[in-house]
Amino acid sequence: MAMIEFKNVDKYYGKYHALTDINLQVQQGEVVVVIGPSGSGKSTLIRTINGLEEIESGQLIVNGMDLADKKADLNELRKNVGMVFQHFNLYANKTVIENIMLAPRLVLKRDEAENKKIALRLLDTVGLAEKADAYPKQLSGGQKQRVAIARSLAMKPKVLLFDEPTSALDPEMIDDVLNVMKSIAKQGDMTLVVVTHEMGFAREVADRVIFFDQGQVVEDDPAEEFFKQPKEERARQFLSKIITHK
Amino acid sequence: MITLFMNNWQTYLTGFWNTILCSVLALIFSLVIGSAFAIMEILPNKVLRIIAHIYIEIFRNIPLLVIAMFFYIVIPQYVMKMDGFTAGTIGLTLYTSSFIAETVRAGIQAVDSGQMEGARANGLTYWQAMRYIVLPQAYKLVIPPLGNQFINLVKNSSVLAFLAGFDLMYQGQSVASTTFQTFSAYIIVGIFYLIITLPLSYYMRYLEKKMV
Ligand SMILES: Nc1ncnc2c1ncn2[C@@H]1O[C@H](COP(=O)(O)OP(=O)(O)OP(=O)(O)O)[C@@H](O)[C@H]1O
Ligand SMILES: [Mg+2]
Repeated sequence: MAMIEFKNVDKYYGKYHALTDINLQVQQGEVVVVIGPSGSGKSTLIRTINGLEEIESGQLIVNGMDLADKKADLNELRKNVGMVFQHFNLYANKTVIENIMLAPRLVLKRDEAENKKIALRLLDTVGLAEKADAYPKQLSGGQKQRVAIARSLAMKPKVLLFDEPTSALDPEMIDDVLNVMKSIAKQGDMTLVVVTHEMGFAREVADRVIFFDQGQVVEDDPAEEFFKQPKEERARQFLSKIITHK
Repeated sequence: MITLFMNNWQTYLTGFWNTILCSVLALIFSLVIGSAFAIMEILPNKVLRIIAHIYIEIFRNIPLLVIAMFFYIVIPQYVMKMDGFTAGTIGLTLYTSSFIAETVRAGIQAVDSGQMEGARANGLTYWQAMRYIVLPQAYKLVIPPLGNQFINLVKNSSVLAFLAGFDLMYQGQSVASTTFQTFSAYIIVGIFYLIITLPLSYYMRYLEKKMV
């Protein structure tokens, strides 16, 4: 069974048709990159996967739970589906280590010593062990984003969603974050859905690339095929635009 | 003035004590009630929101004295006996809670919505996110206006004087009318209010600096 499955999903903001008849499957362990123009609905799409946005019709099954069902237990879902945001959304009133330890403590009831051990190890893997007691406002953007990734990983999710994780960062910070993301992708057990225009990242670790436009999946290809030549004209144009911009 | 105080210190201390007691009770309860209505105002549930709105508009827009008189005169006639101190403290609590509700609501709304979103995505329930992430930041933002309201609350507790509540103001009046040293009698009252409000004011400033 697919880890994430969209079946004829539609989403409206009032009258605005944000997602149109989405059909999509993501298998466990797959790394899927979503690209597309601004306002095309990439954030909306990825935010439906952890229930931050409701869908109006169709079926959306994530880790065996149907999110179209109004009674779906989103708190339960989010134990298994983490998310990293463009603007980090770290807890401003908590230190770095507390940012990482809070949800495992409250939600998973993880033993305190164990919790701390895991948090410190994660901080170490994202290269920020010495920042454990800093507050978010004392960190650079790239450091914040690596803490945010560590915070998500601490929940040991099956699915990790990234919504433009590097687009609010200064260029020299981007690689630090991408490297962390690449190493997660290469471990291979976690399912990743990444909205990004970092094509280097996509080439290196993506299994599939989805081109999204006007609320629709325009193209959904294995990564090599996509980078060789997208089938759709719109996707071709978009790809050449973001590559020449680099 | 010193002799006046020496001769009437018991009267003043009773008043001082009652003013502090009334203020502390009203402060605690108005903070709790005000916060509860603030949260009700931002919940998605429309009915709760309307209830909170009505509560706030009523108590915010009626003079404190009228609210206090209601509890002092009307409630004892129809519901239960109540002395002036109790009626005044309840009136002051409800009145202040409406202002605190508006302040705390503004604070919650000033916290970046990404904080709630990040917490929910991280697995926290709505209430956990409120309690551990949003509210602490909201209170921090509103410490200065809350401080003002606490100080107003202490001063407004003088409404007890109209209800035979034996607070500072009431006791000062009684000293003034028995000794005829009106001016000095009220200066002493003023000093006692400062003894409460100045440390409170400095404490709020200290809190503002201390909280991250
Ligand atoms: N909460 C909302 N209410 C109303 N309209 C919204 C809301 N969120 C998004 N939209 C609209 O839905 C469309 C898709 O938005 P979305 O944020 O998903 O696009 P995006 O592809 O992520 O864009 P970007 O690359 O700029 O992040 C846009 O037209 C946007 O204005
Ligand atoms: Mg977006």
